[in-house]
Amino acid sequence: MINMKRRTFLKGSVAVGAVSAAMGAGLLTPRVVLAAWPSNAFKATTVDAALDALAGSHAMTRSDKVQIDAPDLGENSAVVPVKVFSQLDDIESISILVEKNASPLTASFILGPGVEGFINTRIKMGKTSNVIAVVKAGGKLYSAQKEVKITIGGCGG
Amino acid sequence: MNISRREFLQMLAVASASGVTLAGCDSDKPGAPAVGVAPSSKPQDLYEIAPYGNVSLMHYTDCHAQLQPIYFREPNINLGIGNMRGQPPHLVGDKFLAYYGIKPGSREAHAFTYLNFVEAAKKYGKVGGFAHFATLVKKIRAQRPGSLLLDGGDTWQGSGTSYWTKAQDMVDAQKLLGVDVMTAHWEMTYGADRVTEIIENDFKGHIDFVAQNIFNNEWEEPVFKPYVIKDINGVPTAIIGQAFPYTPIANPRYMVPDWSFGIRDERMQEMVDQARGEGAQVVIVLSHNGMDVDLKMASRVTGIDAIMGGHTHDAIPRPVIVDNAGGKTLVTNAGSNGKFLGVLDLDVRNGKVQGYRYHLLPIFANLLEADAEMEAYIKQVRAPYEARLAEELAITDELLYRRGNFNGTFDQLICDALMDVQGAEISLSPGFRWGVSVLPGEAITFEHVMTQTAITYPTVTLNNMTGARIKEILEDVADNLFNKDPYYQQGGDMVRVGGLKYAIDPEAGMGSRISNMELNGKPISADKEYSVAGWASVAQPLDGTPIWDVVSEYLRDKKTITDLALNEPLIKGQEGNPGIGPIA
Repeated sequence: MINMKRRTFLKGSVAVGAVSAAMGAGLLTPRVVLAAWPSNAFKATTVDAALDALAGSHAMTRSDKVQIDAPDLGENSAVVPVKVFSQLDDIESISILVEKNASPLTASFILGPGVEGFINTRIKMGKTSNVIAVVKAGGKLYSAQKEVKITIGGCGG
Repeated sequence: MNISRREFLQMLAVASASGVTLAGCDSDKPGAPAVGVAPSSKPQDLYEIAPYGNVSLMHYTDCHAQLQPIYFREPNINLGIGNMRGQPPHLVGDKFLAYYGIKPGSREAHAFTYLNFVEAAKKYGKVGGFAHFATLVKKIRAQRPGSLLLDGGDTWQGSGTSYWTKAQDMVDAQKLLGVDVMTAHWEMTYGADRVTEIIENDFKGHIDFVAQNIFNNEWEEPVFKPYVIKDINGVPTAIIGQAFPYTPIANPRYMVPDWSFGIRDERMQEMVDQARGEGAQVVIVLSHNGMDVDLKMASRVTGIDAIMGGHTHDAIPRPVIVDNAGGKTLVTNAGSNGKFLGVLDLDVRNGKVQGYRYHLLPIFANLLEADAEMEAYIKQVRAPYEARLAEELAITDELLYRRGNFNGTFDQLICDALMDVQGAEISLSPGFRWGVSVLPGEAITFEHVMTQTAITYPTVTLNNMTGARIKEILEDVADNLFNKDPYYQQGGDMVRVGGLKYAIDPEAGMGSRISNMELNGKPISADKEYSVAGWASVAQPLDGTPIWDVVSEYLRDKKTITDLALNEPLIKGQEGNPGIGPIA
């Protein structure tokens, strides 16, 4: 099932944002990435500013049709696995923001019509923070969030 | 009487709250304490427990490679924070005895609490030891044909011989003991290759290794069998493994670089449903979550009959009955260091659990004759190391122990040794929960030191750290210990500290628990650098002196350990917490 979804996602995704994931999958050449790169959004230092630059607004509605799956404690803060699922109609994009990262916007996937609302990627986190999934659907922003704790480690058991 | 499991457990919950004794409950006599052992003037009766039901599971956990009988002092401080305050397992001393109806001064009181430890240890003798343990396992097996023996993990680490043989001593002991199913935590600190080698070779055809919550990083595929279904007297019984969820955080990630852990409630639910779908009439989770995490998991996942847990080393005489959307789940935790054997008996009829009994049996070495075969095996496996282990490094005038939320006396010794030998102003030592106790007047042997320090990343460190960085470390560990949500806890105790004084408010939030940091009477300055000695760094492999050499050198030099000044923090806001008792 997961493999099917992954394949569907890769075929259907058009461009942008999750640079490492998309480039790693061979979908994008660097030139294409750079051409479409919304640099203001990725350089913004707050969640609101990042969303303003990316989507023209930061007004979000919490939705149970958006689910985020991330660990309670990050095992490796450089590669924290995050999955976002959404059952909303007319999904245009799925973005991931880490509230307390210096630049919160971590990835933004633009989805073509008819693509299942599912992404699976790995993000980098500086410290313990809420990780926010923002789904743009029908021109509006819907969200879900989860706190991921980043710890120095050691001393267990 | 034909009642559903649900009705039965509901009745039982009401009954235990009101003090009524039910047939399915633990005691044979109305009014007798429902603990794992019936008070008796004849100590040999301790292990004569009437069989019950048709499915029996024996469970031990966190033995930390203690093949030999030992002393192990239970904590006088095990604070419960938030809604965990005053709830099992966060009860110590007389509060523990009162809660479980155990007679003060009794043999059972000695097994389960720290009270009058030295006097009681001399009276009742050593606990655990695999030769004595094996005798009890055989006895219970004879009483309960078809029963399984479950090993909750932390079996391969914690002694000189396990370290030197890369766990082979314990692996062969497990096979001799007749372990049926196992899950893991510290096992992983021998590295993924060694773990795989043992499972694929030594365990093959003997022991099922199960862990539903370990996935490979690249494709997120399960690494191990999530569960096994065993036929116990005609009843299909699923044992689902739950390895320690935070292994790559609490221990070096470089040991298991390709594996990801985590709690993974949702997959646990899937595995329970799948096992039920395959015909399992009983579902048991063999867990290394830690008890607070077990309790939360039991409230969220449905369809589990019992979570038999470990990791936090809590010896809990009576199961906690947890409500969830699907019914009720029992949570048991079976102590540490080979001190206890848990026996869960289930009456399974019409495809369901109709009733249960649980006993947590303390292993008193002088009440259980050593099993000859196991004794011979232990002697043989220790022989090459015996002389080295027996070296008497110093005599202690103090009771030495580790277990407790803050510095124990053995930790203090380690912290003092680190500062002295490394020439540091401050020392930090991990808040592990394993490590045996040494009585006043005994010699501290190299074997004792190894029970406190035998890990695969033992190198000592010496760094300069700013006051701010030291505070950050203390805050981080405190949040792992005292987070109000068990899913954010790692299960160790507070980092042990030498030199530095501080105060702690466990109920405060992340970043604001630690205050009043002082060194030699002067406040710690955020910007100033201090020399800090430590060991057990999880960041990367280090070459250098192992901690046991530093401690041994210090002890040989000291010759006598006396007047140990226990450096405990000032604890704020915990007056009256039943998880704290006076040191006695």
